[in-house]
Amino acid sequence: MTEVLRLENIWKSYGETDVLRGIDLAVDSHEVVALIGASGSGKSTLLRTVNLLERLDDGQIWLAGTDISTPSTKPDTVRARIGVVFQHYNLFPHLSVLDNVTLASRRVLRMPRAQAEARGLELLDRIGLADHARAFPDRLSGGQQQRAAIVRAVATNPELLLLDEITSALDPELVTEVLDLVRELKAEGTTIVMATHEMAFARDVADRVVFLDQGLIAEQGTPAEVFGAPREARTREFLSRFLG
Amino acid sequence: MIISLVSTVALAVVAWLTIINTPGWARVQQGFFNPEVAVAALPRIAEGFLLNLRVLLFAVVGVLVLSLIIAAIRTLRGPVFFPLRALASGYTDLFRGMPLIITLYLVGFGVPGLIGSGGPRIPSEVLGTIALVLTYSAYVSEVFRAGIEAVHPSQVVAARSLGLTHGQSMRLIVLPQAVRKVTPALMNDFIAMQKDVGLISVLGAVDAVRAAQIETSHFFNYTPYVVAGLFFVLLAIPMIRFTDWYTARLRSREQIGGIVS
Repeated sequence: MTEVLRLENIWKSYGETDVLRGIDLAVDSHEVVALIGASGSGKSTLLRTVNLLERLDDGQIWLAGTDISTPSTKPDTVRARIGVVFQHYNLFPHLSVLDNVTLASRRVLRMPRAQAEARGLELLDRIGLADHARAFPDRLSGGQQQRAAIVRAVATNPELLLLDEITSALDPELVTEVLDLVRELKAEGTTIVMATHEMAFARDVADRVVFLDQGLIAEQGTPAEVFGAPREARTREFLSRFLG
Repeated sequence: MIISLVSTVALAVVAWLTIINTPGWARVQQGFFNPEVAVAALPRIAEGFLLNLRVLLFAVVGVLVLSLIIAAIRTLRGPVFFPLRALASGYTDLFRGMPLIITLYLVGFGVPGLIGSGGPRIPSEVLGTIALVLTYSAYVSEVFRAGIEAVHPSQVVAARSLGLTHGQSMRLIVLPQAVRKVTPALMNDFIAMQKDVGLISVLGAVDAVRAAQIETSHFFNYTPYVVAGLFFVLLAIPMIRFTDWYTARLRSREQIGGIVS
């Protein structure tokens, strides 16, 4: 297995508050890692540091063997290699769905428009949105918008896909269509790190579950281990609150 | 429908009777609304008005470019850019506070003074255009800045996450959304500018206002001013209607679907 991502001793604080307190984590190629934990446990911050949207206070990050936490790293180049999907979709409202999907291919990878659009239409067709390619995002349902956002994130074939609470803003009946798409991406071998509150989904799809508590990894293992027989008392407490 | 028609006509008749029954009406009618003078002065004023149109065209383009640059500078973050930011905010303070007529005098007479008598002679309409651009860019840059700041930061985060540079994110994501948000306010500023274009006459450029002034002293009659004023109003009306229409259209589009930020 080749390693896609390695985090070593990641520290991050906002003012007096330590949000991440020495995180070590390695993610292999084709692996799906679910980050679980209470709000404020540092899941989203961890994803943002990987994408270099947050400056590290300490620690190192390797992306496919390259240290991306050095001052000489060009953040734009790193971000082009990582796909991100957000809780609130963050589609660009002034661009058509197709333009949203092809933007990075055209502007970052400098792919000719025709080629980028052929690829974009193929992706939209797969999620059943080819008919809406020329529509603006506000014409789509929340579930359709989020699936378009996922397709936008994978259009450039990133080495790593980060999903940040991607179903939290959706109406319950729209969650399934989004999670089904993530399942498909896993089946294709996409390497995924996702912060999620969907425990059933994490159990179902993740190869590894990482439980974060107060900026530290409290426990990690296969879904069967973490959900079935949690070793730590705080993991059990968190899961009992979540699973009822 | 009928009631509004009747009340409008009634009001108009009352207003008209009130005006023509004032003691000085006959003299004012002769001095301000003289048809023969209007016809005689019309060609010169129309010719002058073409200059106003040309100045307006260049000023609009100049204002758009300069104000976007100023607005972009004011939204730069980081201590490195402090001098630029300070310069830009000083500029907007200065020219929003300064009366346009003083800016016109300072540029119109100051710049030729700096060049000296040996240098090239800059036409007064060019200097007037520069003064207009300086004053209105200060206002319009604030409108643009408000628009840029109204675009939700998550849009920039999404753009940067795709690997776009800061410049690309501004150009492709933030500015197009900002311009849409502020277009009604922007067009309002341009409507204000289209009438202030008449002020370049104080520098001696023969525009509609200056032409009207010449005709007025020629005929000893104020009708040419009224004619020149009508030209400006006729130019403003389509712009005002277009602004109203466009604003209404934006509003109705926003009501159809919530834009997720």
